[in-house]
Amino acid sequence: MITNFWLHPSLILIVGAFILPFLPKWLKRPYLIIVPTLAFLDVLSMQGQNGTFGVVRFLDWYLTFGRVDGLTMVFAYIMTLMCIIGTIYGLHVEDDFQHVAAWLYVAGSLGVIFCGDYLVLFLFWELMAFASVFLVWFRRRPESQAVGYRYLLVHTAGGLALLAGLVLRYQATGGDLSFGPIGVGSPSISTYLIMIGFLLNAAVPPFHAWLPDAYGEATVTGAVFMCAFTTKTAIYALARAFAGMEILVPLGVCMALYGVVYAVLENDSRRLLAYHIISQVGYMVAGVGIGTELAINGTCAHAFAHILYKGLLFMGCGSVLHMTGKSKFSDLGGLYKKMPRTFVFTMIGGLSISAFPLFSGFVSKAMIVSAGFEVHNYWAGFLLTMASAGTFLHTGLKVPYFIWFGKNNCSQETWDKAADPPWNMQLGMGIAAFLCILIGSYTPYLYNMLPYQQAAAEYHPYTAYHISETMQILLFTALGFFLLIKKLAPEPKISLDLDWFYRMGGRGFFWLARRPIQWADSCVSEGYRYVGLIPLMTTAQFWSWFDWNAIDGVVDGLAKTVRGVGGLVRRAQSGQLQYNIFYAVSFVAVALVLYVFA
Amino acid sequence: MILKLIDFLRDRLKLVIRLSYVGLALVVAWDVLFVSKEHAHTAVERIPGFWAVFGFIACVVIIIVSKWFGHRGIMTREDYYDN
Repeated sequence: MITNFWLHPSLILIVGAFILPFLPKWLKRPYLIIVPTLAFLDVLSMQGQNGTFGVVRFLDWYLTFGRVDGLTMVFAYIMTLMCIIGTIYGLHVEDDFQHVAAWLYVAGSLGVIFCGDYLVLFLFWELMAFASVFLVWFRRRPESQAVGYRYLLVHTAGGLALLAGLVLRYQATGGDLSFGPIGVGSPSISTYLIMIGFLLNAAVPPFHAWLPDAYGEATVTGAVFMCAFTTKTAIYALARAFAGMEILVPLGVCMALYGVVYAVLENDSRRLLAYHIISQVGYMVAGVGIGTELAINGTCAHAFAHILYKGLLFMGCGSVLHMTGKSKFSDLGGLYKKMPRTFVFTMIGGLSISAFPLFSGFVSKAMIVSAGFEVHNYWAGFLLTMASAGTFLHTGLKVPYFIWFGKNNCSQETWDKAADPPWNMQLGMGIAAFLCILIGSYTPYLYNMLPYQQAAAEYHPYTAYHISETMQILLFTALGFFLLIKKLAPEPKISLDLDWFYRMGGRGFFWLARRPIQWADSCVSEGYRYVGLIPLMTTAQFWSWFDWNAIDGVVDGLAKTVRGVGGLVRRAQSGQLQYNIFYAVSFVAVALVLYVFA
Repeated sequence: MILKLIDFLRDRLKLVIRLSYVGLALVVAWDVLFVSKEHAHTAVERIPGFWAVFGFIACVVIIIVSKWFGHRGIMTREDYYDN
């Protein structure tokens, strides 16, 4: 059924994930490194082999699992690489299912990256949502459950918009489901529905509140995975289908600034970083909207750089959370003496996201901003530059300052527990930090992977003008930070965001369910008791007498057997809904793999 | 090593701050005296030290506007969503 020999990297991760729980303990750590490395090597082996692979007939359709071209390769490369780094960072985690969930999640992303039609896209799109929610639930705090369900519901809503869009598109095009440029010149309702599905995963306001909600609550290692994959997969999908869609430029710019505003208010370090994902993804969304070759190159480059530096930042703040149990600025401070290496790694992430010369953001972000200026979209260029001042303000200055310096708000217990994290976490951060500097200092490494090679060759980030512009903006932002530092002192508060509507709306629904609906329900039950239950009980008593005296002797032996089997089944059923969903999702994934590749 | 360096700098905080101001001045001076503005996209960027002023104002505006916005009821107590 497969046209050529071509191995889908998702398949490696899915099969790898299902074998993991059955391995002996001593084999697990090497295995955890080998599987994502194999997926990465698999992607490397595809370089230069553009084409279509893994085409499968399903009913009347031909499903394309493997489309390989420049845009695919750059995303597949960084995602499999990040999977290695994330797994190394989480090597100490002994709960196998966290690794299984993370790998299935990455497999979902890679499935979207390689797919050639909307059906396959939808399938992997949903796998991503259902696998990643476990990275929230596995935190196992009481609130994790609620956050996970909210995350799942929001993503299901987005998935439905996407599905509705593709059904309409299927009708309109007479059965064309291929996933490519969607025709932004003449958008129809299906175009917008598909776009909403993508925008929700890219966390574009007003569909963004799930992101800080979930990423702030995910497990330490789970957040490292989540920050890399969902939004960037959505950016890939937008770049593939919606390049040049003009509405995305203002949306992206608003996003970039929205994230910055909320980051000022945020007291939790990981939620602050989550708001900065929204801000950074705003650049990419705007890049897709500009749609020129330089802009799409910039979008890919920025997504590539972003996955590494944001992963690094989440690893840094995650290390603090892992060691001290705290992630709020109002519970931390002055930790440089206890966690100096984590400070340096996080600082490298901070300098990269802020686009300091020699760090990765410098060579990627500027491409998008330049593309904006080149098409004479000056306000977009200036506002995005303003947002990058905000980026340095928070991620480069506020996060390191209020965790490692500033006023020491640590309790004695926090202070005693604080230390640099285990070796594997440091190694994960070290690799990401090295790559951040490599990308910034040696531009061909990243630029040679970009989809439009000629545009990439003509772009030079290291001009005197660009360096001078960046240094002035960043250093004078730092001046502003230190002058206004009192205003930025952490406040132990939360900020209401648009999730207020569905969180409080949900409560309204519960109130309705509790009061009027429950009242109606009890009326019905009461009526039933008189009309139905009393005669039923009388009949039952008779049968019970009959049973006791006549049938019991015969059936007794049989009943004992049934009870024994029932007991066994009950023990196998843990009764937790999450596990049931988990097994169901796993089962579907296995069935899918068997169907496609058997 | 990292620790020693940080402590070394913290012990001489006044000097570090002074040197930072000198650094800021040098960056602007370099821009005004040596950097060619032919790659500038717009006319305003030719103003000497434009991006320094832009960066500083951007930072101040972001902090003040965001805090103003936050204190209009957006920032609230941590147990707001608890039952």
